[in-house]
Amino acid sequence: MSQTTPRISFNAIREQAEKRRKELDETGLPKVHIGMATCGIAAGALETKTAFEQALADQNIAARIHAVGCLGHCYAEPLVLVENPGWPPIFYYGVTPGNAGMIVRAFLRDGDPLLETLLGATEPNDLIPQVKDFPRFAFEKKVITQKSGFIDPEDVYDYIDHGGYETLSACLEKSPGDILQEVVHSGLRGRGGAGFPTGTKWRLAREAEIEHKVVICNADEGDPGAYMDRTILESNPHQVIEGMVLCAYAVGASKGIIYVRAEYPLAVRVITKALQQAEGLGLIGKNILGTDFSFDLSLFQGSGAFVCGEETAMIQSIEGYRGVAQHRPPYPVEKGLYGWPTVINNVKTFASIAPILERGAEWYRSMGTDKSPGTAVFSVVGNVVHPGLVEIPMGVDLRTLILEICGGIPNKKAFKAVQIGGPSGGCLPERFLDTPIDFDSLTEAGAMMGSGGIVVMDEDTCMVEVARYFLDFTQKESCGKCTFCRVGTKHLLGILERITKGEGRETDLKTLQELSQDIKLGSLCGLGKTAPNPVITSLRYFREEYEAHIKEKRCPAKMCRSLTAFYIDLDKCARGCDACVGSCPVEAIFTTKDRKKAVDQILCVKCGECMVACPVEYSAVKKISPAQLAPIIPRPEKKEDKKAE
Amino acid sequence: MTKLLVDNKEIEIEPGTVLLEACLRNHIYIPNLCYLPGMPHPDASCRLCFVEIDGKVVPSCTVKVNGPMRVKTDTPAVRKLQQSALRLLLSVHEVDCANCPANKQCALQEIARFLRVGLKPKGLDRLLKEPSIVSDHPFIDFYPNRCVLCGRCVRLCRTKEGRPQMNFSARGFNTVISFYGANRESMPTCEECRSCLKACPVGALVLREPARE
Ligand SMILES: Cc1cc2nc3c(=O)[nH]c(=O)nc-3n(C[C@H](O)[C@H](O)[C@H](O)COP(=O)(O)O)c2cc1C
Ligand code: SF4
Ligand code: SF4
Ligand code: FES
Repeated sequence: MSQTTPRISFNAIREQAEKRRKELDETGLPKVHIGMATCGIAAGALETKTAFEQALADQNIAARIHAVGCLGHCYAEPLVLVENPGWPPIFYYGVTPGNAGMIVRAFLRDGDPLLETLLGATEPNDLIPQVKDFPRFAFEKKVITQKSGFIDPEDVYDYIDHGGYETLSACLEKSPGDILQEVVHSGLRGRGGAGFPTGTKWRLAREAEIEHKVVICNADEGDPGAYMDRTILESNPHQVIEGMVLCAYAVGASKGIIYVRAEYPLAVRVITKALQQAEGLGLIGKNILGTDFSFDLSLFQGSGAFVCGEETAMIQSIEGYRGVAQHRPPYPVEKGLYGWPTVINNVKTFASIAPILERGAEWYRSMGTDKSPGTAVFSVVGNVVHPGLVEIPMGVDLRTLILEICGGIPNKKAFKAVQIGGPSGGCLPERFLDTPIDFDSLTEAGAMMGSGGIVVMDEDTCMVEVARYFLDFTQKESCGKCTFCRVGTKHLLGILERITKGEGRETDLKTLQELSQDIKLGSLCGLGKTAPNPVITSLRYFREEYEAHIKEKRCPAKMCRSLTAFYIDLDKCARGCDACVGSCPVEAIFTTKDRKKAVDQILCVKCGECMVACPVEYSAVKKISPAQLAPIIPRPEKKEDKKAE
Repeated sequence: MTKLLVDNKEIEIEPGTVLLEACLRNHIYIPNLCYLPGMPHPDASCRLCFVEIDGKVVPSCTVKVNGPMRVKTDTPAVRKLQQSALRLLLSVHEVDCANCPANKQCALQEIARFLRVGLKPKGLDRLLKEPSIVSDHPFIDFYPNRCVLCGRCVRLCRTKEGRPQMNFSARGFNTVISFYGANRESMPTCEECRSCLKACPVGALVLREPARE
């Protein structure tokens, strides 16, 4: 019998990782870390990387380029961290290929850190402001995304060198029961939406006396505008994998599946590579780290249906059937994939496991609130200065998140509402800004924690239109199985469409209200049960907007095209100026008798281009609702004659 | 045997029986469309068979009777949901009973009468699909605007010998029944079986008139 233990097996791997890093460190070369998750790439990180390589070659400077994941500062992409020996590590934001060349020449060659273009430094120093003093960095508490943006997601050794898989090796020396106990103790609640206690779910799976058990990671993430799970997988897949292996060990599962939508090609590539590397090192697969525990983990690509994020539909889809929700019970944890007890958890849930088991349940409980311990990851988008991925302790209020961490509302506009929880969530008005962000408080307010999608809306947003937008989504994504969701959401959408077009009827609000309640109570699965939430909350908090649309044909936010009109204020229009004329795609702008401009209301398609084109000093183009209030200015007959000449 | 109290009527039933089945057998009517006896898992898609147990409204086809229980089939909450579900089904239904072969044997008519819902419900626009007849099968016509998507036909077809001949297709509101790939070779199988025709609670699956052959 060999004397090997998981720790001994792992130490050999870790030494390998450390050796590689030491070799790099000893070269004393500068390091350039470039954020290359989808958000970085969308902002041009590939071009930036090429520019760095080119500039380094041109200047004959040796440096190490390190592709890393996302730090969450999506507004600042491409984001680059430069480690130049003798300097604190410095962040540069919005690094274009041109900036890349400049950084290489000025900073790496000439020692000028380009104070005017940098974001901040990560260590104390006399010259450069530290990022930890910025509200974003100061409020954030990174557990799930702690290593994201610092490691190369495609290099397992990078993760290991940052402490990865250490927890797994330590836990494999404990009993599965101990692991389970710690997770139960931590109070961790599922991050996929409903906040079900993870420990309870795992215990049910563990207690099932069936040989085969399955662990599934739910990375279907289908909410419009949400990208937390994708970013985590793209930035640090191994932390999710480590969590899954720990889960499998605790519940006694032998098979695991990561369910990712095929529309996430980068995530698919990164996970595929991570699985190969983990298997190569004996961290998944047969006899993990030399023990007799085996866990076969593979990737499944879903074809991108929102409802397949619902656990029973997901199981159907993996089994090869239509992605359609099933009545529960039995819950997957009793009878899941192919009838085996199945633990399904969200990406962020699994990513929380290794940190919990590394630092203990007590540490985890010290963050967040009593009933919602730990941290939450949000993707904040919409009308905020600094959109991106934010990880904060549970219990921080919405005001802090939106106005401080994310920098508030741009363009001096007023805050109007925040939509939390995606299509299943609700819209909360300003008076809810002091609501703490945790599962129970948000549900009480009528919204939902959801998976972490937050959309911030300013005063120019029409709440009826927002409800219509979400219903359009859920209606299209309904699996079509049950009556309320299949037909009910279609009617809700139809009514909302009518109202935004100014064809609302007096009875519509009552119908919306009642039908929403019935769909919520009567639907089979979570999709239908939550689909009416955007309607219910907007009706509750912004009812007067609905009434203005129906009774006055007025859109208070002047967003609904059928109810608004553009006109030119003749007192402000500058005689002889024709800045707006060329901007109109349909030639609706004509010259009046006294050589000012006016809009032909019949031709106008309400694109708003003229409003943008009109010089600020005149600001003569006005938007108005209801549309009939726009002054009708007759086209001078003469103009036609002139043209004819 | 287990005793249970349904609307103050005491009934006795074998443990393990589906609650809906137990009520129906004891002449307590609960509207239903998608329930098929003997299936391992309830479909629970029509959302009509609601009852109230301990203040909670649940579809009775999803409940197994395993001990004494008190059930109410006629509370305001139950009726409101049932009527709402029925109105939704009727809002996508081409109500033209006089020209439908199911007239007078149609489950929708029966449920509408029971729940006192007019066949042309007010307040909701009528939404119909195109085309209104699909003739993909060698001898069965499908009427999307009569179908209530109870799925009885599809599920029964799967219990028969050989390759299933039909399934749902498309998604959401556009979901329809489809005889994908059914062709002349399916004829003998379907000719003998015809389970779907018998199972349809409305007139959505109809033997094609010889004239149309
Ligand atoms: C329509 C619908 C979509 C869902 N989509 C997701 C999803 O994309 N990701 C996810 O983790 N959970 C999703 N869920 C929740 C899952 O059904 C399940 O509760 C969750 O994966 C459990 O993991 P957790 O306990 O870690 O939250 C969805 C639920 C519904 C009803
Ligand atoms: S609620 Fe919607 S998505 Fe869920 S089973 Fe019913 S139709 Fe399908
Ligand atoms: S065709 Fe008939 S049996 Fe089949 S789903 Fe439609 S209504 Fe039900
Ligand atoms: S019979 Fe129960 S939901 Fe259809």
